[in-house]
Amino acid sequence: MKIISVGVMETKEIKEKKEKVPRQKMPEQEPKKRIRNFEEVPFGYSEETAITEAKRCIQCKKPGCIAGCPVDVKIPEFIKEIAEGRFTEAALKLKETNGLPAVCGRVCPQEDQCEKFCIIGKKGEPVAIGRLERFAADFERNSGNVKIPPAVRSNGKKIAIAGAGPSGLTIAGDLVGLGYDVTIFEALHKAGGVLVYGIPEFRLPKAIVEAEVEYLRKLGVKIETNFVIGRTKTIDELFAEGFNAVFIGVGAGAPVFMDIPGENLSGIYSANEYLTRSNLMKAYLFPEYDTPIVRGKRVAVVGGGNVAMDSVRTALRLGAERAMIIYRRTDVEMPARKEEVHHAQEEGVEFLMLTAPVEYIGNDAGWVTGMKCLKMELGEPDASGRRSPVAIKDSEYVIDVDTVVVAVGTMANPIIPATTPGLETNKKGYIVTKDESGLTSREGIYAGGDIVTGSATVILAMGAGRKAAKAIDEYLSKK
Amino acid sequence: MNKIIENTKLSESVVKMVLDAPAIAQKRQAGQFIILKINEKGERIPLTIVDSDAQAGTITIIYQVVGKTTAALAQLKAGDALQDLQGPLGNPTEIENYGKVVCIGGGVGVGVVYPLAVALKKAGNEVISIIGARTKDLIILEKEMEKVSDKLIVATDDGSYGFHGFVSAVLQQLIDKGEKIDRVYAIGPVPMMKVLCDVTKAPRIKTIVSLNSIMVDATGMCGACRVSVAGKTKFTCVDGPEFDGHDVDFKLLSNRLKMYCDPEREAYENHKCGCDGN
Ligand SMILES: Cc1cc2nc3c(=O)[nH]c(=O)nc-3n(C[C@H](O)[C@H](O)[C@H](O)COP(=O)(O)OP(=O)(O)OC[C@H]3O[C@@H](n4cnc5c(N)ncnc54)[C@H](O)[C@@H]3O)c2cc1C
Ligand SMILES: Cc1cc2nc3c(=O)[nH]c(=O)nc-3n(C[C@H](O)[C@H](O)[C@H](O)COP(=O)(O)OP(=O)(O)OC[C@H]3O[C@@H](n4cnc5c(N)ncnc54)[C@H](O)[C@@H]3O)c2cc1C
Ligand code: FES
Repeated sequence: MKIISVGVMETKEIKEKKEKVPRQKMPEQEPKKRIRNFEEVPFGYSEETAITEAKRCIQCKKPGCIAGCPVDVKIPEFIKEIAEGRFTEAALKLKETNGLPAVCGRVCPQEDQCEKFCIIGKKGEPVAIGRLERFAADFERNSGNVKIPPAVRSNGKKIAIAGAGPSGLTIAGDLVGLGYDVTIFEALHKAGGVLVYGIPEFRLPKAIVEAEVEYLRKLGVKIETNFVIGRTKTIDELFAEGFNAVFIGVGAGAPVFMDIPGENLSGIYSANEYLTRSNLMKAYLFPEYDTPIVRGKRVAVVGGGNVAMDSVRTALRLGAERAMIIYRRTDVEMPARKEEVHHAQEEGVEFLMLTAPVEYIGNDAGWVTGMKCLKMELGEPDASGRRSPVAIKDSEYVIDVDTVVVAVGTMANPIIPATTPGLETNKKGYIVTKDESGLTSREGIYAGGDIVTGSATVILAMGAGRKAAKAIDEYLSKK
Repeated sequence: MNKIIENTKLSESVVKMVLDAPAIAQKRQAGQFIILKINEKGERIPLTIVDSDAQAGTITIIYQVVGKTTAALAQLKAGDALQDLQGPLGNPTEIENYGKVVCIGGGVGVGVVYPLAVALKKAGNEVISIIGARTKDLIILEKEMEKVSDKLIVATDDGSYGFHGFVSAVLQQLIDKGEKIDRVYAIGPVPMMKVLCDVTKAPRIKTIVSLNSIMVDATGMCGACRVSVAGKTKFTCVDGPEFDGHDVDFKLLSNRLKMYCDPEREAYENHKCGCDGN
């Protein structure tokens, strides 16, 4: 019995292999070469490869992939356009539901979303939906003929958006398309949110984000940078100036530290600071650019998420000899995307698992020189369902470091709630919304993205922006 | 883009700049600051708003040339523009009628303490001011400080003008003479603020200092500006910039201010680097 069944499977597999085209790889920069530059790691598909990959899609009648997408991208439809060589049409199809396809094709966790539900993936590897999305969006942008839809007649109503991250950019695009007069107020000097200050150039070239922001400007969205809502003006002052509704999409921008001894020593960064210096301020190009960054030789990054991976890979590119991930659980629990972990491993990042820092040691000048750690083991599952780490007694040891990046999470920035009376927040400081519409405890004020959910994903923030756009339109249409 | 209305030297290395910034001028209160960035490749640096004119829509900043950005700033002319200007940032000074207050400024710190003296005077306080510098030519805002103070004492380290010695010695004398002081505002180089806090500790005079930690975003997003106050980590940009000086870990502040000395010196070779912990 056993032998026969194996035999049957084997012949079936051989048959399939003959017919089956494998998931197409994206060519990438060699690890040895790329750790010396900040250029993007994968090069993207060629037209031929894209068509080959697109043809792997069997155009399901009831596509699971769409259900796995937070913004319901019409996946089989755009893939069909690629398969038939109509690349610009593919991009337009994507844009019907996703305003930032070039970004999402690069940074979405497709393995947990669309590709997870791909029927082809049940037996082999799923269709590379993300790579195809990136291909179509890049094709359109590089072709230089990005179509600007004709201007919509203004309905005379003014919308203020706090924050130019994915949620703010999405709602701005949607509402300007409905005839609203939209202004985004952004605290930093550049629009894009985490896409410009957090995610590194080697994963998301900033020119792409700039092109998307430029596109919004062409649609008629006004963007006021250097404008901190709550400081430069409060939300109530904006209402007084004639704005009819406000959307808050300010992200979960405040860094979390671990509150352990020595954490303020020189050489210790929050991931936000490290990445902001490098990405937004281009400190990796110092002294051509004026902002400096510490180019550590022994860099420890504490944490196991995407932010930690971005930080440790940045450290390598800044010249680290040892770039280490210090994580208190194991690689199984690590929340970072598999692809990022894989890239980090290829590049020579060391992964010190089941390790937790308890104290930092410094020299006379106050510079960090060592990181006292405890070894951990996994105990019972915690509230998040992951097995929680328990310290092993007397397992303390010291790792030599000269730079540390703390990437253990972010929290809500209190500036807006503190200056907006009646705006309800929860225990952690995130803004409370009534439902998916994003309506807050105050009439006319909506919120979405990380400032509501806590740190999540680009696509979820975009989805929140889209839903709030619909809700605001309904609210103001009734008024 | 924010247009420069005026950029004039107050002393050898201290410059006063008036900027067109209507929204900030409308809103700003004593104790707040701005972040500026000169051009695309520039660094974001924090500077105190020394004065504002809501009607004209302008703000005034006073800066000391200590590195690349401040040196570049000094080169600009009226009519030029800064690419980025963000503010007002930080918490305004808590202004009340405390009674008798002493406002102390050292070097360019006089510019930072000036708006506080103005607001404190307006709130009905008796204001005694002490301003100091290394030498006579470096004393700034003497006339302005005189106008808002009930009494002004000038001190120079080399004795070239006014009292010969540090501002801390002047404060010590006031205390020794039995002057009943309700509050002290001490703003200047880190070592000066530290010494002043030592002076006011025994007589238990509440002493407010304004910290100049290194900043990036100045909205609470990065933690570059963290300081230790009463053993707790605080972000200078959103929790400060003013703190109770008796609770501040000055050693930590001065260490962290030196974090970029080497690269900064590289970027600004032609000028003496301000890496003395100031
Ligand atoms: C390093 C890093 C890597 C990541 N990698 C991925 C990834 O690979 N894939 C993925 O899907 N997600 C990733 N994420 C998460 C994702 O970037 C966020 O979930 C998403 O950007 C949230 O969007 P948002 O619109 O809510 O806010 P944000 O992107 O945080 O933008 C908020 C904007 O509001 C501005 N702002 C804040 N306060 C004010 C104020 N008072 N007034 C005016 N403006 C204000 C901020 O300056 C910012 O520009 C990553 C996050 C980080 C930090
Ligand atoms: C809230 C706040 C208000 C301030 N107000 C004023 C003001 O009104 N007038 C004024 O002249 N200065 C003020 N400063 C200090 C000013 O920001 C710095 O002098 C400036 O950033 C130096 O930039 P640079 O490129 O010219 O010098 P850099 O080359 O960057 O630095 C030269 C040296 O100055 C020191 N330094 C660097 N950054 C800072 C910093 N942020 N603060 C203090 N020292 C620093 C370091 O030791 C460094 O090595 C303030 C700082 C803060 C945080
Ligand atoms: S300067 Fe970034 S948090 Fe204060």
